[in-house]
Amino acid sequence: MSSYLLSIPVICALLSSVISLGAKQSARVARIGSFLLLGIGGIVAAYTGFYVLIEHQILTQDIMLGLPWMHWHLRLDMLSALFFIIIGVVSCAASVFGIGYTREFESTAYGFMPLGFFTGLFVAGMLGVLIADDALIFMIGWEIMSLASYFLVTFQHTQAANRSAGFLYLLMAHLGGLAILLAFGILAGMGSGEFNFDFSFNDMRDHSNITPLWANIAVGLSLFGFGMKAGLVPAHAWLPEAHPVAPSHISALMSGVMLKVAIYGFMRVTFDLVSTLSLHWSWGVVLISIGGASALLGILYALMQNDLKRLLAYSSIENVGIIFISLGLCLLFHSQNRPALASLAMIAALYHILNHSIFKSLLFLSAGAVLHNTHERNLEQMGGLIRRVPYTAFFFLIGSLSIAALPPFNGFVSEWLTFQAALQTTGLQSGVLRTLIPFSAALLALTSALSATCFVKLYGTAFLGQPRSKNVRHAHEIDNGMRVAQGFLALLCLLLGIFPTTVISVLEAIPHKLIGVELANVSAEGWLWLTPISPGVASYSAPLVLLSIVTVWGLGYLLLHDPKKSRISPAWDCGFGGGTPRTQYTAAAFAMPIRRIFKPVWKVKEKIEEQKEITLHSKRIDYKLEISDRSWTALYLPIAAAVNYCARTLGYIQTGNIRTYLSYSFFTLLFLLWLIT
Amino acid sequence: MELSLFANWFLAGLQTLLLIALAPLLLGWIRACKAMLHNHSPASLWQPYRDLRKFFRKEVVVADGASWLFRATPYIVLGTMILSAGVVPLVATDLPTAAIADVIVLTSFFALARFFSALAAMDTGTAFGGMGASREMMLSALAEPAMLMAVFTLSMTANTTNLSSTIEYLLQHGLVLRPSFIFAALGLMMVAIAETGRIPIDNPSTHLELTMVHEAMILEYSGRHLGLIEWAHQIKLMVYGVLIANLFIPWGIATTLTPEALGIGVLAIIGKLMILGVVLAIYETTLAKLRLFRAPDYLSFAFLLSLLGMLSHVILEVG
Repeated sequence: MSSYLLSIPVICALLSSVISLGAKQSARVARIGSFLLLGIGGIVAAYTGFYVLIEHQILTQDIMLGLPWMHWHLRLDMLSALFFIIIGVVSCAASVFGIGYTREFESTAYGFMPLGFFTGLFVAGMLGVLIADDALIFMIGWEIMSLASYFLVTFQHTQAANRSAGFLYLLMAHLGGLAILLAFGILAGMGSGEFNFDFSFNDMRDHSNITPLWANIAVGLSLFGFGMKAGLVPAHAWLPEAHPVAPSHISALMSGVMLKVAIYGFMRVTFDLVSTLSLHWSWGVVLISIGGASALLGILYALMQNDLKRLLAYSSIENVGIIFISLGLCLLFHSQNRPALASLAMIAALYHILNHSIFKSLLFLSAGAVLHNTHERNLEQMGGLIRRVPYTAFFFLIGSLSIAALPPFNGFVSEWLTFQAALQTTGLQSGVLRTLIPFSAALLALTSALSATCFVKLYGTAFLGQPRSKNVRHAHEIDNGMRVAQGFLALLCLLLGIFPTTVISVLEAIPHKLIGVELANVSAEGWLWLTPISPGVASYSAPLVLLSIVTVWGLGYLLLHDPKKSRISPAWDCGFGGGTPRTQYTAAAFAMPIRRIFKPVWKVKEKIEEQKEITLHSKRIDYKLEISDRSWTALYLPIAAAVNYCARTLGYIQTGNIRTYLSYSFFTLLFLLWLIT
Repeated sequence: MELSLFANWFLAGLQTLLLIALAPLLLGWIRACKAMLHNHSPASLWQPYRDLRKFFRKEVVVADGASWLFRATPYIVLGTMILSAGVVPLVATDLPTAAIADVIVLTSFFALARFFSALAAMDTGTAFGGMGASREMMLSALAEPAMLMAVFTLSMTANTTNLSSTIEYLLQHGLVLRPSFIFAALGLMMVAIAETGRIPIDNPSTHLELTMVHEAMILEYSGRHLGLIEWAHQIKLMVYGVLIANLFIPWGIATTLTPEALGIGVLAIIGKLMILGVVLAIYETTLAKLRLFRAPDYLSFAFLLSLLGMLSHVILEVG
C-alpha cells in the first residue's frame, strides 16, 4: 500500500496545475483549490519522506507505463527521502503564503492561470526527479522542472529584464541538462559492458565493468551539469538574474528547493551510482576549491547588492558553496579511508541542505511580504519596516540570525559540524591535505563573518531606522496566511537549531546507506549534548545555550526594568538638528569598507558629479555606483562572442538557395550510406 | 554521585559569577597601569564599579523611534557574555558548563552579541549608529577567521575544541616549546585587542567621530542599558584575557576540585591577569591608533601569524 505514497504527491501537484487552468472561470476558486492541493501534496511528501527516513523502509514501484521494455521505475530511498521532506515542507509553506500573495496577480494582465499551472508542474517535476529510479524518469522530471521554472521566471513577461533573465536561465539549464544526460549515458553504456536500453539506476550501480577513467569522466560531467544548476562559481551569473524576478513564493521554491534538487542529483551520481572508491581523491580537493570560491565570492557579491531579492539569490550561491565544501570533505575523508569522518562531513552537508532550504525560503517569503506591501525591492528606499510590519520583521530577523550562523539557530549547527569535520586532519598522510582542510575551515569562518555583515546591512537598512520612501512609510501588516507560513518556517529554524541530536539521529540513515558507517557518539551523553566525534573532543548543547540566554534576559529584565525610569527623546544630532531619513547610513555606505578591502573582486564604476556655486559650496552632488559581476566579462561574454563567431562562420554555407540545400542532403545521405556499408 | 554532580554545577556557577564580578576590576587595573605609565595618579581600582552603579541608577533615555530591538539588545548582549563567561575555564577545568560550548561556539557567542549591537545601532536611524555598525562588522569579519585559525592550531595539537580538554592536554604534556603556539598566541592577542576595541584599532576613551567604532555603536544608549553594555564589554575583555592566560600559560589552574587546588587556581588566574593587564597597558601606551583603513593590514597580519602557526604545526610538529 505504502508504495503508492510515492506518486500521490506528484499527482496532487499535477492536479493543482490542472485546477488552475480554470482560473478564467473563477480565479478565486482556482487559486485556493490549486494551492490547497499543492499543500496537501506537500504534507503527503513530507510524511512519505519521514516514513522512509525513520523506518528505514525503501519504497519502490514499477509502473507499467512507457515503452514495453522500459517500465517506469520509481524508488524513494533515504537520500531522496530527505529531499522529499524538504520539498514537502517548503511547498506547504509556499502554498499557505501563496494564497494571499498571489491575490494581487488575479487582477493584473498576467492572470493567475499561468502562475498556478506552472507552479504545480514545477513541484511535480522536482518530485519526479527524486522518485526516479532510472535515467529516463530523472531526465523527464528534470526537464519539466527546468521548463516550468522558465515560465515562472518570465511570468511578468512585459518587463524586458525578466525575458532576458529567462532566456539566460533556459540556456544554462539546457547546457547543464546536456552534461547530465551524457553522464547518465556513460554510466548506462559503460557500466554493463554492452549498451542495453534499460537506463535503470540499478544497472548503473552494478558497475562491475566501468573503468575508473569513465567513472571520473561521468562525475566530472555531473559536477558540470548539476553544479551549473546549483549556481556554483564561475557559472553562477544566471542565478541572481533569474531567481529574484519570479514571484516571491516561487523564488523561495527555486532558491530553497530547486538548488537542492541539483545537489541531490550530484550526490546520487557521486555517492550512489558511481562507487566513491573508484574516484580519484583529488575530486575532494576540486569540490572544496569550487565550494570555497562559491562561498566567498557569493557572499562578497551579496554584500554589494542593494536589491533585496538579488542579495538573497547571491547568498544562495554562498550556501551552496558551503554545502559543496562539506561534500568535498566527505569525498576526501572517504578516499583517505576515514569513513566515520566522511559520514560526519556528509551529515554536515545534509544538515546544511536542510537548513538552507528552510531559512532561505523563510527569507524569500518575508521579502515577498515586504514587496507585496511596498512594491519596493531597493534597500535604499526602505527603512523602519520593523514598526510597520512587526511580524514579518521578527520572522526575517530569525531568518537572518539563522543564515548568519549564529547560535542557537539552525545555520550554526551545520556550520559547526563542518568545522568539526575539518579539524580532524591528524591522521591524514599528506601534509598538503592537512594544511588545506583547516584552511578551508578558515575560509568558512571568513564567509560566515561576512554573511553576518551582509545580513546586518540588509536588516539594518530595510527594517530599522526611518523609512526612506513614501511606499515604505505607508506599509501595512500582511494577512494571516502569509504570517502563518513565515512563522512556521521560523519555528523550524529554531527547532532545527536546538535539537540537533534528534535531527542527526534521523539523518544518520543516509550516510549509513551510502558510506556504510554511522556516527557512534553523536548523542553519547544524552540528547542534550551534541558530541559528533566523542564527548572529549567537542560538545555543544543548544538547549542549554537557549535556556541560559533566556534566563539571563528574564532575570535582567525583572531586576532592572523600571518603566518609570525611562524617557523618550530625539536621537543625538550633534546639536545641529534636522536628522532626516536621508542622513541615515545607506546600504552602499555600510558595505563601503568591505568594498575597499576586497576591491579586485568586483568591477566597480564609481562616479561623483558635483555642481558648485560661486561660493564653492556644492549645489548638488550626484553619486553613481555600478557594481557588476566579473564572471560576465570573464566567462559569459567571451563564450557568447565565440558562439556568435562560429554561427557567423557557419552561416557561409547557408546560401538561401534550395539547390544548394538539396545537394547538402544528397551528400549527407551518400556519406551515411557509405558509413553503414 | 548525584550530589557531586550538583556540586559541580554549583562550582561552575560560582566560577561564572566570579568572572563577571571581577571583570570591572580588570578594567580598573588596566586603567590604573596606563595612568601610571602616563605619570598620572591613577583612579581607584573600584572606579568601574562606581560607574556601573551610576549607570544603573540613572534613567534611560531612549531615542525617538527606536524599536523593541533597541531595548532588548543590552539584555541579549549581557546574556550572551555571561554565557561565554560560564564556558571559559577560569579557576578549574572539567566543570560541566565547559561542555555547553566549545571554542567555536564561544566565537559565535561574540558574533551573536555583535550582530545585535550592530542592529541596535542602526535602529535609531542616526548616521553615527550606521557608521559604528559598518566599521565594527568590517573589523570582525576580518578578525574572526584570524581568531579561529589561531584556535584551530591549538585544537589540532590537542585534538579537541573543548577549552577544558585543551588545557588538560597541555598540562599533561608539560612545558614543551612549540613554535606553532607562539605564532598562535601572538595572533590571538592581536585579535583580542581588535575585538575588545583597544588601541591601535579603536580607542575606548574617545568620542571622536572620525575614529570611533564601538563607541559610535552605543552612542544612543544611556542609563541601565549603557550599564549592561559596558559590563558586557568588560566581561568580553576578561574572557579574552582568561582565554589567552589559560590556553597559553595553563599552569596553576585547578584540575581537581579540592579547596587547595581551587585556591591556587584563583591566585594563579589573578596573577596571570595582572601581568596581562600590565602588558596591555604598555602596548597601548607605546602604540598610536591606526587609521581605520590600516586596520585590515593589522588583522591580516594577525591572520598570517595564525596561519604560520598552523603551518608550523603541520610541518614541524606532526610529520
